[in-house]
Amino acid sequence: MFRMAFRNLGRNRRRTLFSMLAVALGTALVLFLAAFVEGEIRGALDLTILLETGDIQVRAATYDEDKFSLAWEDLVEEPEQVAAQLEDLPQVRVATPRLRANGILSARDQTAGVTVLGIDPTSEASLPFAHGIVDGMFLTADDREGLLVGQPLAESLGVGVGDRVNLLVNTANGDVDEQTFVVRGIFSTHTPGYDKSTILLPLAKAQTFTRTEGHASLIFILLNDRQQADALAAAIQDPRYEVLTWRDLNELLIQTESLANAYMVVYYLIVIAITASVITNTLVMAVFERTREIGILAALGMMGRQILSLFMLEATLMAVGSVATGLLLGGASAAYFGVHGIPIGDIGAQMSGLLFGDAIYPYLTLDDTLTVSLIALGVTLLAALYPAILATRLEPVEALHAQR
Amino acid sequence: MEEVVRLENVTRVYKVGDVETPALRGLSLRIERGEFTALVGPSGSGKTTALQLIGCLDRPTSGRVFINGRDVTDLNARQRALLRRGTIGFVFQFFALIPTLTAYENVELPLILSGKNGRERKKRVEELLEAVGLSHRAHHRPDQLSGGEQQRVAVARALATNPSIILADEPTANLDTENGRQVMEIMQRLNRETGVTFVFASHDPRVIRFARRVITLRDGVAVDDKTLPEVTGEEQK
Ligand SMILES: Nc1ncnc2c1ncn2[C@@H]1O[C@H](COP(=O)(O)OP(=O)(O)OP(=O)(O)O)[C@@H](O)[C@H]1O
Ligand SMILES: [Mg+2]
Repeated sequence: MFRMAFRNLGRNRRRTLFSMLAVALGTALVLFLAAFVEGEIRGALDLTILLETGDIQVRAATYDEDKFSLAWEDLVEEPEQVAAQLEDLPQVRVATPRLRANGILSARDQTAGVTVLGIDPTSEASLPFAHGIVDGMFLTADDREGLLVGQPLAESLGVGVGDRVNLLVNTANGDVDEQTFVVRGIFSTHTPGYDKSTILLPLAKAQTFTRTEGHASLIFILLNDRQQADALAAAIQDPRYEVLTWRDLNELLIQTESLANAYMVVYYLIVIAITASVITNTLVMAVFERTREIGILAALGMMGRQILSLFMLEATLMAVGSVATGLLLGGASAAYFGVHGIPIGDIGAQMSGLLFGDAIYPYLTLDDTLTVSLIALGVTLLAALYPAILATRLEPVEALHAQR
Repeated sequence: MEEVVRLENVTRVYKVGDVETPALRGLSLRIERGEFTALVGPSGSGKTTALQLIGCLDRPTSGRVFINGRDVTDLNARQRALLRRGTIGFVFQFFALIPTLTAYENVELPLILSGKNGRERKKRVEELLEAVGLSHRAHHRPDQLSGGEQQRVAVARALATNPSIILADEPTANLDTENGRQVMEIMQRLNRETGVTFVFASHDPRVIRFARRVITLRDGVAVDDKTLPEVTGEEQK
């Protein structure tokens, strides 16, 4: 039986290969798409956490993220001490105060609305910025007139290292203040959406400039293990503070993920429908070609059920072979691009609210691999069922009368 | 004598669209164990149809079919498949081997279907290939065998499960005289040695010569039934 099914595959090699290729490519495509979407979401989540939200944020209970409020009562008091205490916790890799303010940056006749971020240049959490310097140098903690500008922003304003720029900010009491700074460096985090709207100041300077000395918008915390965020957040609850985890802070992104997964289902269905029709076609042709042979088998006393299993076995061999090939193909391309990335330029910058890097690194999960292989196998076999049933429906007499 | 096949007033009407073709119009016959019988008659007289009804590949429009004394007229597809498996062997006009299987595997197939174990199968297949003189061709595939050799493999396969009856529809029609004679001689010898019943359809006088009983069909009824005196293969030539 097995031998027969196996040899049947070799009978019309071109056709078998063609349909196996179709299934393999379909599987590979779906697998790659799954890895692509997963990688896209993971990349965006990693970037957002690393640059913006952290694994956990501690901020004043009344802080309103959308307003970037700088009123003292909306800020964390004595943030250095709070951060130091948090950093003593074993789960915490780094905790650092940050100040966020709205500002307007102008150079010559160009202006742009920006987010002013006051950071501690010596903190490990600032490494992505330090490593992202593409021109000039990084900030020092005691710099009083230097700032860093994101690369796309610098380009659109036409400023370079050493140029003077004018920065206007809101202050704690609701006024605005203005001062001239020198561009010390240009940075790129490879996140166009972030880099085009962010300028960096040393925390101390940002505080004096906005009249928020001794205060910070938030304590930015990175953990050794992101999965501990919920447990730790629960442990450091305090009525003065609001403690948020990366999950709370990235709701939009996490929702996007489920949306993307829903989209994936549509892709799956399209690819699968095409693959299934190829399989069905191949086997229907095989059944017609082998009508007389089916008649012989029936005459020898093979029952409908056994003829069905013969065709299904044939389909299974084909499915297993081609799905394995597909997994290999899809897995290999996902792995290749997972290392080298797929450049997408600043497309990501257009997606407001989410941070996308300038390249997508496909990421293949075991879950996706299993789902894709099971679906591909299942669909192939389901598609084979109709021709196989067709084979069993043949009346032996008529089958024997067939010309081939 | 023991009855193997009995047809009682069997009719078979083929319907294609609105056209009805009566292939058999009330055929009755009895075949005893060990017979070597030819169904003869002009083209379209219903030979193939009669063999298919005897072989439980098809069901009559009316009348009854008995195999080994059992009424098989109303068996369902599954029951008929089971009956064919153990009781009936077929040899067809075209060389009905499975093209992907070797001679050996083709003969083995009905044994696998009837659930024989590996050792039994090996013994039986070797014995049968020996009997049709093809031991040396066991591992060739059908396309590597001549028509005569293929038909001999088909005879071996038909015999594999020790059926009560072997039905052969124009077994030599696609063979040259020499190969046709060889196949007929093998069937005749097996009939003598094992006592298995053979019924074959033919309109070739060279084939009909081998028969010990000749039933003549015309327009779907038996018009003549002659039992010939026992003669040897040698005298027949
Ligand atoms: N499957 C079928 N559908 C319709 N008509 C059929 C079918 N099989 C046979 N017939 C018709 O039934 C009649 C008897 O056919 P059958 O094949 O039994 O004759 P036969 O004696 O075997 O002829 P031949 O010597 O040509 O093989 C013929 O008229 C034939 O056309
Ligand atoms: Mg015929």
